[in-house]
Amino acid sequence: MASYSTNEFRGGLKVLFEGDPCIILENEFVKPGKGQGFSRVRLRNLMTNRVWDRTFKSNESLEGADVMDQDMEYLYTDGQFWHFMLTDGSFEQYAADGKAVGDTLKWLKEQDVYTVTLFNGAPLTITPPNFVELEVVETDPGMKGDTAQGGSKPATLSTGAVVSVPLFITIGEVLKVDTRTGEYMNRVKS
Amino acid sequence: MSNADSWQPSAASRALKSRAQQLSFVRGFFAQRQVLEVETPVLGRCGVTDPNLSSIAARVSAAGRQGGWLQTSPEYHMKRLLAAGCGDIYQVTKVFRDGERGRRHNPEFSMLEWYRCGFDDQTLMNEVADLVCSWLDCLRPHTLSYREALRRWAHIDPFTCTDAQLHARCGQWMEPQQLVGMSRDDCLDLLMSFAVEPRLGLDCPVFIHQYPASQASLARTSQVGGFAVAHRFELYINGLELCNGYWELTDADEQRRRFAADNRLRQARGQAAMEQDDAFLAAMDSGLPDCAGVALGLDRLLMLKLGASSIDEVLAFPFARA
Repeated sequence: MASYSTNEFRGGLKVLFEGDPCIILENEFVKPGKGQGFSRVRLRNLMTNRVWDRTFKSNESLEGADVMDQDMEYLYTDGQFWHFMLTDGSFEQYAADGKAVGDTLKWLKEQDVYTVTLFNGAPLTITPPNFVELEVVETDPGMKGDTAQGGSKPATLSTGAVVSVPLFITIGEVLKVDTRTGEYMNRVKS
Repeated sequence: MSNADSWQPSAASRALKSRAQQLSFVRGFFAQRQVLEVETPVLGRCGVTDPNLSSIAARVSAAGRQGGWLQTSPEYHMKRLLAAGCGDIYQVTKVFRDGERGRRHNPEFSMLEWYRCGFDDQTLMNEVADLVCSWLDCLRPHTLSYREALRRWAHIDPFTCTDAQLHARCGQWMEPQQLVGMSRDDCLDLLMSFAVEPRLGLDCPVFIHQYPASQASLARTSQVGGFAVAHRFELYINGLELCNGYWELTDADEQRRRFAADNRLRQARGQAAMEQDDAFLAAMDSGLPDCAGVALGLDRLLMLKLGASSIDEVLAFPFARA
């Protein structure tokens, strides 16, 4: 993997820092007219999501991280791993462990497409699409006619996610949910 | 920036107009003081030895000569004019520094550089203040020594602290393994950039002077309070470094020693040594008149005039759009 010196740093560049893959969020160049230059860099660790601020001397370098995002279809879980398949027609499969799946577990639906971030060829994180459509498997009985008034109740979706929904939602309906906020958007007509 | 709008300037028309007014103000200022405007090459035979400046190589082939360098400053050429007896001179020119890009840096920028015969650092500081305060309509700067600035904001005495104390202080920004191989001046530059500079000139512009002799560059040095200091000054306004001036070194042998020391440092850092500019040294040998000179960043002066937070706001086409 190539290494990058400070003057190649830019937002979005993926580098190895202290052994972990990181993405550069910001890079501020500071230099006295007659003096040593420095780069003040904000990095997000892709393993832990922690954000680090670090200072580098000009011409220090960091190794590039072999990190790339791929679209993959979720196939199934064997209880230990979650299996994904590239959507590019190659049928190549990847097994993600629980750490990589993380919170995305509650949005995983078979045959839906997710962004799988690979680090050195292995799944590092799984990112769901911004919106998913899931069926309600459990909720209190719906109240007819109560479509305009406020009020909400919890509903459990097919993946196990629990979202707050309007009172009129009934079991068996398919809902559109924003995975970034976990919020109910609307019913999907089937 | 999408490809569709990348042809457009990043500066507003207000900034373009203010730039033209600034240029006209500068020319008027020097015309009134009978300082001669000159032009020297942007494309020179030599680059600079300064280990902290990276010259951009040009690939010129003309009249049997190959190579060339874009100038990081017009200093050597202007000093050749001074040695030739031109008297007081100024220049507005583009200069080039590789790798320098950020909110306050563009690899190509506009510099105002001038030299005054018979001036020392103090008298030139007064003239810088005349020019800057009259254009920006700001308070007259006060003056603070480098030592006092470091003591006040970095809580360290740059002349008497031990290397261990200096490294411990830098530990706020860098890891111990990164500090290995950093010189005292590198460490002081770190503290200057992160602890001191952001606090300089917030209420009132401030000149920093009496830099450590190790940071003299092309300034003459003398003893102040038992420490060797450079007759060098910089002006800071709103935390922005605006200019760098010297009571100029006129000793050609000392100049040669500084070039050689620069190249030793370059080699120790793994940078390529730079050819020393023999035409400049020959001019020094023939006699540079007693003078003081200063280089001032015109793009930054315009940033201050307009309250811009990024240099891109005052450049028609910063490097990303150039």
